[in-house]
Amino acid sequence: MNGSTVWRTVSRNPLTLFGGCVVILLFVVAISASYLPIHDPYEIDADAVLEPPGPSHPFGTDELGRDVLSRVIYGARISLWVGFVSVGIAIVIGTLLGSVAGYYGGWMDGLIMRFVDVMLCFPTFFLILAVIAFLEPNIATIMAIIGLTGWMGVCRLVRAEFLSLKERDFVQSARALGVGNVRIIARHILPNSLTPVMVAAILGVAGAILTESALSFLGIGVQPPTPSWGNILTSGKDNIQIGWWLSLFPGLAILVTVLSYNLLGEGLRDALDPRLRGMSG
Amino acid sequence: MLNFLARRTLALIPLFFGITLISFAVIHLAPGSPIDVLADLNPKMTAEAKQRLVTYYGLDKPLHVRYWQWLHRFVALDFGVSFSADRRAVMDKIRESLPITITINVLSLLLILMIAVPIGAYSASHPYSTFDKFLTVFVYVGFAVPTFWLALLVLILFSVQLEWLPISGLTSLDYAKLSLSGKIWDLTSHLILPVLLSAFSGLAGLSRYMRGSMLEVMRQEYITAARSKGLSEAQVIYKHALRNALLPVVTILGLSVPGLIGGSVIFEQIFGIPGMGRLFYTGVMSRDYPLVMGILTIGAFLTLLGNLLADVSYAFVDPRIRRGGRA
Repeated sequence: MNGSTVWRTVSRNPLTLFGGCVVILLFVVAISASYLPIHDPYEIDADAVLEPPGPSHPFGTDELGRDVLSRVIYGARISLWVGFVSVGIAIVIGTLLGSVAGYYGGWMDGLIMRFVDVMLCFPTFFLILAVIAFLEPNIATIMAIIGLTGWMGVCRLVRAEFLSLKERDFVQSARALGVGNVRIIARHILPNSLTPVMVAAILGVAGAILTESALSFLGIGVQPPTPSWGNILTSGKDNIQIGWWLSLFPGLAILVTVLSYNLLGEGLRDALDPRLRGMSG
Repeated sequence: MLNFLARRTLALIPLFFGITLISFAVIHLAPGSPIDVLADLNPKMTAEAKQRLVTYYGLDKPLHVRYWQWLHRFVALDFGVSFSADRRAVMDKIRESLPITITINVLSLLLILMIAVPIGAYSASHPYSTFDKFLTVFVYVGFAVPTFWLALLVLILFSVQLEWLPISGLTSLDYAKLSLSGKIWDLTSHLILPVLLSAFSGLAGLSRYMRGSMLEVMRQEYITAARSKGLSEAQVIYKHALRNALLPVVTILGLSVPGLIGGSVIFEQIFGIPGMGRLFYTGVMSRDYPLVMGILTIGAFLTLLGNLLADVSYAFVDPRIRRGGRA
């Protein structure tokens, strides 16, 4: 399927377009955050502690008088970083193991797929919690651990693609010409199996953002004073009797972001591969 | 059937060892040790005293030796003694908190089933109706909502603003003095929000899955056959289609156990419920190796049990699987 057909299918679906636009907007806002006419997200103001939303602070202020709107905007940076880096890690591991398992088959396939089974059986969130708390909770650890516990779906996808593609004529003829295994995997099969991986990646970003916010909410994610949507919600919980705005806005930001990635991912899946239409992720 | 059950159970044993081995390795390879945490709390601790503690807890032995020792004690369901100040057996701590977590999760699973199956089925038998579109929107939002945020919002609404429900804990302070009906109401009012919220995210997923499964079944030839026999639409849907559509849903329920267990950490933290999730959180924070390892093991066990139950109930309703041995 060529690019213009994909574009036509995508652009006919208003929900996909909406998702795509919000994702682009988030990127623009996150990158240009320091040039926007907003308060400094770290500026403490003892005279404006826990102020409800008003003209000078549209989203109100937190317990240190910091502007919640600008903290939410800077929080978008963290979310995007965590989303993309951790999904990148998951894709690399999943693609590597999935292609080896699917291409070589035999005991390697057995071993890798049993490992996938074990990882899928894990109450993953428990494992993530244990690892992060035992290591230093910082953004690098979070990205690494979310990636390391999130590659199994990609691995299964890639393996399934390899299983069907390796029997095709173009692979057989490459082999007959004496092309080596590694080259067949990397140059012939892999490029043909990337479509479902791309969709899984976009949906994975949404999942990673949710996990990061939950971890930061529990206090073992991104550490204050660096603002992240999850740790703003922690101060929302601490000030639950007074400051509803601390709870409302960062959560809305998570909701809209995750929703947009999901809409974009599913719309792309429908456009790229009509066979998958209607299947749930 | 017994044969099937035995085969499925045996297949889970290597998985169980895989999970405990990975947990053990991950916990023990992490830098820093619980002795350092103790030493930080007690500046008077000498190097010699530290060494004694290390030997006492067996932290100086190589990893495989410790895993082997751990396995030995695990066979007797002994997870060792907690590193925390109270020095209680890990198993006792788990025994106190596990029933609470299980009760909440079972209640929310039942709630999910009771709501998701009918709405999924209805939505599939009336595709593209207003209700169906509403469900689709609900599902998208349900997938994207961070449930801990939703929990905060309902707490603000019902406990802070309206003051209808208590804000945290499992029972009120005067619980012991209440009459029986008072006790029941007290527990219910404390459990209502946690159960509803932990059901929420599963609800979106399962109703969508139910809808998909039902649509799939409605395309089958036996449905056309049932219709052409002259059965009423209600009979076709609720007798012929629904039963078959439920099969894959049962499996999904079993697979949702790890998510529920993981979610309990967050819910119990928000609602101040003394369950296993909260115990795990405190254990992790104080580097209580035996406690963390014990709970990870129990969590793995529950997950595998969920898988097994899903397999068994699937085989129970579908004779093809019992005989053929696939699945």
